[in-house]
Amino acid sequence: MTYQPQTDFGTPASKAEEQVTLHIDGRAVTVPAGTSVMRAAAEINTSIPKLCATDSVESFGSCRLCLVEIAGRRGTPASCTTPVEADMVVHTQTPQLAKLRKGVMELYISDHPLDCLTCAANGDCELQDQAGAVGLRDVRYPSAATHLGQEKDHSNPYFDFDPSKCIVCSRCVRACDEVQGTLALTVESRGFDSKISAGLASDNFMGSECVSCGACVQACPTATLVEKQVVEIGTPDRSVITTCAYCGVGCTFRAEMRGEQLVRMVPWKDGKANRGHSCVKGRFAWGYAHHAERITTPMVRESIDQPWREVSWEEAFAFTAQKVQAIKAEHGASALGGITSSRCTNEETFLVQKLVRAGFGSNNVDTCARVCHSPTGYGLKTTFGTSAGTQDFDSVEDSDVILVIGANPTDAHPVFASRMKKRLRGKDGREGAKLIVVDPRRTDLVRSPNIEADHHLALKPGTNVAVLTALAHVIVTEGLADEAFIRERCDWDEYQHWAEFVSLPTNSPETLQAVTQVPAETVRAAARTYATGGNAAIYYGLGVTEHSQGSSTVMAIANLVMVTGNIGRRGVGVNPLRGQNNVQGACDMGSFPHELSGYRHISDADTRALFEADWGVSLDSEPGLRIPNMLDAAVDGSFKVLYVQGEDILQSDPNTHHVAAGLAAMDCVIVHDLFLNETANYAHVFLPGSTFLEKDGTFTNAERRIQLVRKVMTPVNGPDGQGMEDWQVTQALANALGLGWDYSHPSEIMDEIARLTPSFAGVNFERLDKEGSLQWPINDAAPDGSPIMHVDGFVRGKGKFVVTDYVPTDEKTGPRFPLLLTTGRILSQYNVGAQTRRTANSEWHGEDVLEIHPVDAEDRGLKSGDWVKLASRAGETSLRALVTDRVAPGVVYTTFHHPDTQANVVTTDYSDWATNCPEYKVTAVQISASNGPTDWQQEYEAQAEASRRILNVEAAE
Amino acid sequence: MSSTQDTLVRMANQIAANLAHEDDPAAATAEHIRLFWDPRMKTGIKAHGSEGLSPVAAEAVSLLDS
Repeated sequence: MTYQPQTDFGTPASKAEEQVTLHIDGRAVTVPAGTSVMRAAAEINTSIPKLCATDSVESFGSCRLCLVEIAGRRGTPASCTTPVEADMVVHTQTPQLAKLRKGVMELYISDHPLDCLTCAANGDCELQDQAGAVGLRDVRYPSAATHLGQEKDHSNPYFDFDPSKCIVCSRCVRACDEVQGTLALTVESRGFDSKISAGLASDNFMGSECVSCGACVQACPTATLVEKQVVEIGTPDRSVITTCAYCGVGCTFRAEMRGEQLVRMVPWKDGKANRGHSCVKGRFAWGYAHHAERITTPMVRESIDQPWREVSWEEAFAFTAQKVQAIKAEHGASALGGITSSRCTNEETFLVQKLVRAGFGSNNVDTCARVCHSPTGYGLKTTFGTSAGTQDFDSVEDSDVILVIGANPTDAHPVFASRMKKRLRGKDGREGAKLIVVDPRRTDLVRSPNIEADHHLALKPGTNVAVLTALAHVIVTEGLADEAFIRERCDWDEYQHWAEFVSLPTNSPETLQAVTQVPAETVRAAARTYATGGNAAIYYGLGVTEHSQGSSTVMAIANLVMVTGNIGRRGVGVNPLRGQNNVQGACDMGSFPHELSGYRHISDADTRALFEADWGVSLDSEPGLRIPNMLDAAVDGSFKVLYVQGEDILQSDPNTHHVAAGLAAMDCVIVHDLFLNETANYAHVFLPGSTFLEKDGTFTNAERRIQLVRKVMTPVNGPDGQGMEDWQVTQALANALGLGWDYSHPSEIMDEIARLTPSFAGVNFERLDKEGSLQWPINDAAPDGSPIMHVDGFVRGKGKFVVTDYVPTDEKTGPRFPLLLTTGRILSQYNVGAQTRRTANSEWHGEDVLEIHPVDAEDRGLKSGDWVKLASRAGETSLRALVTDRVAPGVVYTTFHHPDTQANVVTTDYSDWATNCPEYKVTAVQISASNGPTDWQQEYEAQAEASRRILNVEAAE
Repeated sequence: MSSTQDTLVRMANQIAANLAHEDDPAAATAEHIRLFWDPRMKTGIKAHGSEGLSPVAAEAVSLLDS
């Protein structure tokens, strides 16, 4: 079978409710008002020839190929720009239309190379298809050669730009503008001389503003913009819908395959999270799956100063089980624990926590959400009654005011950021949403092409609660509270107590200005915009949670939402932008030491009884250790065994020295991962993992949307065909410990989850396969799932206002450490970079750099590119400086994607009061000129290299 | 950076400071510790005594079941 792309309806779908019936080529079709004639025809499988139209962008009407005849109208209107009307009679093929189209095609082809057989788009070229569709048989004109013979631009690592093949339909330019919102591409010159250009004529793609999202490649009808993989391999022959394993947006893709070879990932237009868009990571950065450094054989060693010994799966499980059982016999179950992965599927995560609770016999299970969104769980559960965001992503289309706090979506959640930017730009006379940004840095959202924040509250890191309280102060004291809503939906007494607190003069923006460094007038103006601007939605990220008052900040956000009644409908709500692909799912699956799946506390006897009956074990009623507590307990000698699936705590967790000390103190560290990550330097067992391309299961994104991950290739972690998906590895380990599990497919694990978790009661693989996705809760009360939560009332009953007093962090600047370090991510790299560093994405970001304000740089005699030593009370490292006014004086910023920088050597073990989520975002530091890597960095590299040695087979005998 | 005891004291003080506006801050602090701390942490803070603890945190620790 030849390659079939997803159907292109030519123009975007209309959202109108009114239906219109018309006749196309004698057939009746009913479509929403506002639909184009082109799209209406496509709905009944009539493909009107077209070149400049594609359904990801608005119609443009330039190619003159999609002409039709309409009864009672003169001429031949373009079907892409003509909206349907009731009883319209349309003819898509007449002698006149055929002649006109042929003429148009003839002109196009006169300026297009005729190398179809060797062209990368052969078999997947709309120009080729349309030439066939209009019956073009010869070209009378001499070759115009306006576009022929131009040099190809190979600069982007993932796609080529061949201007010779360009027909200047401008689909790429419009995709960049409308879909991605970067506006990097343009049409240079006019008429026949028009040419597409990335940025200035002197730029190539790599040197331009292009963010490599792939929208232009997707939109291109020819081989002008084409994936290098397609150039190299050829067209795919089948496709499988699956879910991206990078961030919490949860984009769905068509994995387009040839055999078991992945040719390309193309965003799936029917995906409700991404609506056909993608970013440089999900679309292109999956080559790590076959990177040479991937470990495909299990390995063990008695102690961490020995080299690794490659063994069979059987030996690895026997070795591990023997160690675990011996340690358990000597030190008890409380010495054993595990960490579930927010990168793995719900089913895999559920099994790891089951292994710990039912097999190890302790509740010492935690997940990487500990270090990112655990305060979201605590804060929203306390105030609203459920540990999750309240909206779907589509909701942003109805927002009038968008408040972004502690999030940098254009880098960290780029696909959603594009949708947010679309709403911020406005459209068709509808004014764009107002934007309030609360962030110490001038992020791209604050000012970028066609986007400018109405209010930027550039606060001092660590003062989120003070800023939010000041906003609440203005809303309450200026009479902007929605009291009718509060009386109906919230606890009135608690509201009054809270209102009294925020109204205190000590909580006014004028008083708090000294703490927050945000001018009082800016706070007042932002508060008025938020409270009176219509539907207001709050989006937040780790800049909210990763503080000593992370949970308080989440509750302060919930307070703002309740006091203005911005909950329970589209366009409003609280939207935590989740970091990892399945961080929502990992939390839902009972990965926290104090709760079972569905956020039910381990001390609840009824819930425990449910699991005990299903699993045939008895469960401990006391909460277990959280990750930082595990490390403390390990140093103290009471914690000995750790099974870590898909997380690199040594690189990602704060205070690296302390993490290393904790890991070094353990007797059996089992790392289950794709690569020998930093944590594996301290491991005794290495179980090779499988990528998202090699497994079945589900991920749950930031919208609570559960989507299928589908296996497209055999796992490579075993001899031919014997590779194991991660859930199979956990099951084999459990069975080596005598648990007797017999799951034959992840769907059976989901059935167990649904059986034991009320909010997942209606979830099963068959339904997910049929419906594409489901948003929990899905149960008798919400049989079709819940795009918007708290519609008629809060899950907990009455919404709870919580007084959130500003308590300054213990991490203070002083003469030795006068600057505040805050950390974040960049678009091209992902977290610890285990995947993205093993792709060409490193061409955009090859090392972590330290952003520093010109004033602070000058004081220290530093300029961009200089090596600087970054020191805190916890440790020191060195990296290169980037002098920029994106950060305020007194603030420095870096990313943590590279292990040779190890930004977490300097972060401290201070944490959120309620959840122990680390305070990554505030560290008092000093910086000074440096010659290069510190002694510690050099020692670390040597130690890492030594610990990664693998015995070769001969030597082992 | 600091011993486990110091960490526990710091955590208890942090919880107490953030729950200062509850009706009964000591009871709320004790409840928080009960819900989220592992038994060895609870034992650790009880064994520690009141040194370094804020008055509310100290009272909360005394409320934990022995």
